[in-house]
Amino acid sequence: MSDARTSTTPGPPAWRAALGAIGRVAPVFLVLLILIAWITYLNPRFIEPTFFLNFLRRSAPLMVLAAGQLFVVVSGGFDLSQGSLVTLTVLAGALMAFGDPANTWWVILVLYGIGLLVGVFNGAVTNYLRVPSFITTLGMLLTLKGTALLITGGAPRGALPPNFRAFGRNFIEDVPLLGRLPWAVIVLFVLAALFIYLFHFTNLGKQALAVGDNQRAATLAGIHVARVRITAFVISSLTAVTAGILLGGFSGVSLNVGDGLELESISAVVLGGAALLGGRGNMPAALAGALTLQALFTLLNFLGLPSPIRVTVQGAIIIGAVGYAAWRAVRAGQERGA
Amino acid sequence: MLRTIRILLALLATSFLTLALAQASEFFNEAALLRELAFMEMEAEGPEGQPWVQAIDPTYADTSQYAKDGPWTVCFSNADVGNPWRVVGYTTMLAQVDLQPNIGRFIHIDAEGSDDKQISDINGLLASGDCDILIVSPNTTAALTPVVETACQQLPVIVFDRGVNTDCPVSFIRPIGGYAFGAVAANFIVDNLPAGGNVLALRILPGVDVLEHRWSGAERIFAAAGVNVVGAEFTGGSTATTKSIVEDYLQRFGNIDAIWMDAGATAVAAIEAFEDSGAPYPIITGEDQQDFLIKWRDEGLTALAPTFPTYQWRTPVIAAEMILSGQQVPERWTLPQPYITAETLDSYIRPNMPLLHYALCGCEDMPGFPERWGGR
Repeated sequence: MSDARTSTTPGPPAWRAALGAIGRVAPVFLVLLILIAWITYLNPRFIEPTFFLNFLRRSAPLMVLAAGQLFVVVSGGFDLSQGSLVTLTVLAGALMAFGDPANTWWVILVLYGIGLLVGVFNGAVTNYLRVPSFITTLGMLLTLKGTALLITGGAPRGALPPNFRAFGRNFIEDVPLLGRLPWAVIVLFVLAALFIYLFHFTNLGKQALAVGDNQRAATLAGIHVARVRITAFVISSLTAVTAGILLGGFSGVSLNVGDGLELESISAVVLGGAALLGGRGNMPAALAGALTLQALFTLLNFLGLPSPIRVTVQGAIIIGAVGYAAWRAVRAGQERGA
Repeated sequence: MLRTIRILLALLATSFLTLALAQASEFFNEAALLRELAFMEMEAEGPEGQPWVQAIDPTYADTSQYAKDGPWTVCFSNADVGNPWRVVGYTTMLAQVDLQPNIGRFIHIDAEGSDDKQISDINGLLASGDCDILIVSPNTTAALTPVVETACQQLPVIVFDRGVNTDCPVSFIRPIGGYAFGAVAANFIVDNLPAGGNVLALRILPGVDVLEHRWSGAERIFAAAGVNVVGAEFTGGSTATTKSIVEDYLQRFGNIDAIWMDAGATAVAAIEAFEDSGAPYPIITGEDQQDFLIKWRDEGLTALAPTFPTYQWRTPVIAAEMILSGQQVPERWTLPQPYITAETLDSYIRPNMPLLHYALCGCEDMPGFPERWGGR
């Protein structure tokens, strides 16, 4: 794309190259930097290690969800069932563990088992029955929500034991330089490294992009489309279970813990420059997108704006980001056409 | 493109205007606040130890015209069973129905939180001709008023929990009310707050009369006492949002001395934010949910729990039988609304019940307790 531009438009090459470099860096990092600077201006303690790590702890569930969502989005789908899978994870986890630390490990295994089934089902129905993923996962959202209400009778029962909650809640105290290091941040960094590797350094990431860009071309190139798609949905569901474990740990059992998270993770991925119809996306940028959303929520808290204005601002920024991405795509298309 | 933007801007402007108007509309009613506070001091009439059949300052309505031979069909149009408070209440209501053999059929329709659905639910019940009496827990006040008025012309109606703008129901059953709830909590904070202390108010969502009353009752008291309210935030009832908001406030102000809440479901999340930040525990007002009561006892908090008792779900079923038997019932049936203090705390803790169980269900001696309510 940039090759086409430099070859068709005259101008000083160095200047062009520099501009191109800025353009190539996803704008989300710039936005994130501005937001963090703004919050720090309002509250200088924000970038002290302890407080910033706490901010990362809070952002970890959404970042993990966004990473999973990215696999689905670049392969040309949506996963709307993430949020209700988070809720189910928390409610079913509390019901099965019933506050007894001895149950934690098998409960976590069972929860990941549920996640695996949900992912395979979403992927298989979308792929083999040719149901748009929007519909499949919307149906799954309702099914999971219904299941969660059914098993709890509408009022959550049981409790998450302390060693289950540790992942989202506990800290390692007195770490040199950092102060208190939250477990959730360690989980986040390990998973972020894993997802960057999977997305950018294995065939899976490239194949997912190819499937989302042009499914027919991908099939003709010998890509096993069904396997790629199902894998993408499975990754998304497993990240939802992970986010559920982190969120349940962070704030305990509640009925609406996962409400709206699927839209937040899709927003994060789009803020990170992924194309909504697939074929384009970047893992560090998607993670930064989630962090940006969380920074935005924090900033609006610090500004002390009345909450209706916050909701409006949130919506406007998301529309703005998507609009900007669409405008860039259109412009790129025109240039390619010329 | 330009036109789209213009339309969007117009929509945005309209929504802002609507919001502004909604916020400006005054939920506060001085006389109601004073009446509720007076009720809190008054002795209720009725049998000892059974607050669900007690009434404060009642005026009785004659119901001989509705007397009729049993067994009866009692119909109930319910706003919603979507949160633990309503689940505990509805479970208690069903247990009460089981206690009354004269009720042959109990028809329940859940409006799932939708005004439109509840209006058509009630119309459907009226058209069926099956009901001898209709109990309504309205989703919202204004929207349900006309259909309740229609129902009143055909059969005796009982309204409880939330209100309607008409006197036509035979009995309107409700605990003392939101102003008293908010005011009791605010007074406790004012009495215990160190001089110049910071108070953070946590609210669920704007625009619901019961919740607005709670906050407007508290707001007046904080203002009169010159208390420094550093923020009033909406949590949407989410524990994660609550915890994040409280963490942000702790960071921003260094310390928060008291938390006032309009509902207790997220109280423990708010307390955990203090624990995780290493800040000293605040003075806090929650509600009668088990998780909060247990935390309060275990940590020795300075706390108070006003209640909106779930035992009010027993009363309409009892009232239905009284009306269909021709016994007089209170027209405005005001139930006692106790609050839990450090002295009475232990008597409300039930370790065998779910963490989100409401202590004031009045259900302990009912058949099927505790399993029916999820306890063991």
